[in-house]
Amino acid sequence: MASWGEASESRLIGKRIPRLSGKDKVTGKAKYTFDINRPGMLYGRILRSEIAHANVVAIDLSEAEALPGVKAVIPIIEVGKKIRYQGQEIAAVAAETDDIAKDAIRLIRVDLEELPHVVTEADAMAEGAPQIRDDWEGNQSNPNVREEGDLAGGFAQAAVEVEATYHAPVQTHVCLETHGHVAEWEDDQNLTVWASTQAVFGTRRDLAGSFNLPANQVRVITEHMGGGFGSKFGPGVEGRTAAELARMTGRAVKLMLTRKAEHLVAGNRPSMIQHVRAGATSDGRLIAYDMKGYGTGGISSGAGFQAPYVYHVPNLRTEKMNVAVNVGNQRAMRAPGHPQGAFAMDSLMDELAEKLGMNPLEFRRINDPNETRQAQYTLGAQEIGWHRRNSVPGSGTGVKKRGMGVGSGLWGGGGGPGTQARVTINSDGSVEAVTGTQDLGTGVRTAIAIIAAEELGLNPTDISVKIGDSEPGLPSGGSGGSQTMASVAPIIKTAAAAAKQKLFEHIAPQLEAPVEDLRVGNHTIYVVSDRTKTIKWGQATGLLGMESITESGQWDEELRQGGVAGTQFAEVEIDTETGELRVIKIVAVQDCGLAINRLTTESQINGGVIMGLGQAILEERFMDAQTGRMLNANLEDYKVPGTFEIPEIKSIVFDTHRKVTGVGEPPCIPTPGAIANAVYNAIGVRVRELPITPDRILNALAEKKA
Amino acid sequence: MEKFSYVNATSLEQVTALLSDSGWGEVMLIAGGTDLLAELKEYVETPKTLVNLKTLPGMDGIEADASGLKIGALTTVADIAKHPTIQHHYTVLAQAAVSVATPQIRNVGTLGGNLCQRPRCWYYRDETTDCLKKGGDICYAVDGLSKYHAILGGDPVYIVHPSDLAPALIALGASVTIVGPEGEKTMSLEEFFTLPAANPYRENVLQPNEIVVSVQVPPAKPNTKSFYLKAREKGAPDFALASVAGVFEMDGKTCKSASVVLGGVAPAPWRSKEAEAALAGKIIDDTVSKQAGADAVKDAQPLNDNTYKVTLTQNLVSRAAMMAAS
Repeated sequence: MASWGEASESRLIGKRIPRLSGKDKVTGKAKYTFDINRPGMLYGRILRSEIAHANVVAIDLSEAEALPGVKAVIPIIEVGKKIRYQGQEIAAVAAETDDIAKDAIRLIRVDLEELPHVVTEADAMAEGAPQIRDDWEGNQSNPNVREEGDLAGGFAQAAVEVEATYHAPVQTHVCLETHGHVAEWEDDQNLTVWASTQAVFGTRRDLAGSFNLPANQVRVITEHMGGGFGSKFGPGVEGRTAAELARMTGRAVKLMLTRKAEHLVAGNRPSMIQHVRAGATSDGRLIAYDMKGYGTGGISSGAGFQAPYVYHVPNLRTEKMNVAVNVGNQRAMRAPGHPQGAFAMDSLMDELAEKLGMNPLEFRRINDPNETRQAQYTLGAQEIGWHRRNSVPGSGTGVKKRGMGVGSGLWGGGGGPGTQARVTINSDGSVEAVTGTQDLGTGVRTAIAIIAAEELGLNPTDISVKIGDSEPGLPSGGSGGSQTMASVAPIIKTAAAAAKQKLFEHIAPQLEAPVEDLRVGNHTIYVVSDRTKTIKWGQATGLLGMESITESGQWDEELRQGGVAGTQFAEVEIDTETGELRVIKIVAVQDCGLAINRLTTESQINGGVIMGLGQAILEERFMDAQTGRMLNANLEDYKVPGTFEIPEIKSIVFDTHRKVTGVGEPPCIPTPGAIANAVYNAIGVRVRELPITPDRILNALAEKKA
Repeated sequence: MEKFSYVNATSLEQVTALLSDSGWGEVMLIAGGTDLLAELKEYVETPKTLVNLKTLPGMDGIEADASGLKIGALTTVADIAKHPTIQHHYTVLAQAAVSVATPQIRNVGTLGGNLCQRPRCWYYRDETTDCLKKGGDICYAVDGLSKYHAILGGDPVYIVHPSDLAPALIALGASVTIVGPEGEKTMSLEEFFTLPAANPYRENVLQPNEIVVSVQVPPAKPNTKSFYLKAREKGAPDFALASVAGVFEMDGKTCKSASVVLGGVAPAPWRSKEAEAALAGKIIDDTVSKQAGADAVKDAQPLNDNTYKVTLTQNLVSRAAMMAAS
């Protein structure tokens, strides 16, 4: 049975190893799509609608076409079609400079017949609201109803009940590198695209389909990319447009989204509004749960969320709906549906515990069926100093009050088959590991080097890792669902093992030993039964002469495992006079299976916590009902965490087994719930709406006073 | 942004002459550019000519002596923040300066630009929204999203003045010197700023052909304590949800006189004569400071989303007063 071996046998795996691309990134040497400049390259720009709902009556491109330096102008939407959200693409240009392209899109004349819009959930659900989807009746989808057990019977057993409404607004991805591509045609049959994508092969497939080309005539390159978080799984309108402009002009075209467009059209995490009534028995068992909720994913659907979550409820009824609004579509965003669901569920758990007069952690212990999380509760509570929390919420003295809270999460991340990879040992001793995955900042590049180096007795820096390119024709899936590591790691290990085996077979006669007696470590191959028989790595590979060894691997189910549990504890401090909130510390205990690289695993946890913190205390999309526009499609009023907001983060890699599991998404899940509960513990008044900003804190304190 | 010509200024006469040829928006002045460039990029302003003031001689620098402070309009916010005399004797100004934006912006942003910066209002800053401030019919904040808008002096335009330096300087009794075609004039900085009721399109009395050249601050009185308290959602960079510049002349716990100016809550830096009256001549204690806070916001008229600013402002004023007594 394949295995990663014992921790004591691992020289590299599980250790803290700096990422291979770190130096290039901090020195600016690393080339992101934004940094790609091709000879003769043109700049593309897209004209977008500022109107949220309209019929397209006419588009006149002539003035834009006449502007000197403009090389191509194309319509994207057809006359007679409908604009359904602000930011929707109307037309695009390619020009000699980005400034000319900017000027040119402003010369495109568009005649729009404005239609009534709805951009908020409340407006969409109001009686008489304009119908904005042709395929729905009203602006709400049919409810998705789930029933288990006996709800009325459950409530009959309940000693306490809580009824509350929890609200999380739309959050956008805020990829630091906006979506975009550089497209270049070698001839009319061969297209190369540098893409800021989390799916190199998915982008290749989409573009090949769009241009009716065999897939192997489209090459997609993503050497480095600046964040995707679920929003970058294909070329999108902007990628196809870049390629079309390049095709028309015979020149390379760079087309990157503006920050504004990034907020408007490049995806978002849907909102959640849930009204829940729940009951618990006097001995602390969650017994009944009745939830009716909705959210908006923009003009599309997909606004699901987890409810109930993590904790076991025997009797439940849930009813969920999508609400359509004239706003850009949702896309998967780091653990889709989980953080907002966890915020509501963990808030509810605390409210029930308080009614029962129980420590909220004890209430969780009773209702959480997951053994891993049970152990994490103990560890996390120790790390944060749970005994220091206010036993009576809000009982701290002074203007600044501190509190502590806890939240939980779960995720899959078990990976799957489909990745192809090869490991090559060259006669000069160099080693290449090649596969078509991409590193969206998670550290998979370094992990591949670690796995191959561990297997071959080399150092990670000895391995040349070639990823983020479809050219070698070794497909791998998109980096989503925290699946990358568990999909890629097993195949790299088996490919490296196979290559090693081939090398051993080649040199066994030289060492006068059976192949199975050979081992490699510290750049030396030796015979396990006679340690005097050794050969240096470079000498051994030199024996390959003109040949090299290339082996592909097999994905092995035994090397990976899905399913992780996580819990987080937060300590916050609130200035009760100004409503200003400071997160003091987050303890994140994250189950993750075998951490190939402990350093980058901790970074993943840190990053998830920071993203969850942004959702908890800062991030909110503001839609204006009057104009139909997003008011904060920038980074001034759409606020993301900066250095002042980022607290001490204690990221605990909670190894439970030695199989690889992805951990990209789960660390952002428990954060908002833990922070919301800490806020309550600090001030004794509950904020049931995210983000927990000074206005909401002051309003809540004022209500309590009144 | 639209194309514009760029002129390096050589003298104030040349600058006022260039400005005199047109009304607002045709010829614009640029120093640090931290506000103006964003307006150009968003097409909120589309000038034909930019006049670069940084080439003007003698307009930056801080003179500190027995007669007080004289600060040139081109002095950077960073230089104000780190000036030892300002830090020791005009603390409120140093605290306000260091609260501005980020180190990068403070390093290039100037005093003149900070005082004359335009509102951050998200309706005003959106090119396609034709709001009252830009000559349209309505202030969208009234029925729209107004979390960051005015609670005092708003009617009919509910922007807030974003400057941190202005409340501090007004609290210190500063005056401003302006040069126009007719020469130089000096006025109190408090009177420099105007409310929308007087002029919905501008935030100060500056005429299209005038330029701010310097700010003067009278000598600090002995036994004065001063503070700038700024509440915000983010540590940095962020504009004030509300701020208070307080200058208190103290005799032990007794406040001989107080100067209290609010930022982030009104279309102009808002001098709270009510809070000053509540403190002057009083022994400052919890009751007195709370009264000063309550008096500061007694005329507040919040919009849909900014009632919290009333509480916040009230608490900041009380806190500043208590700090003066401690």
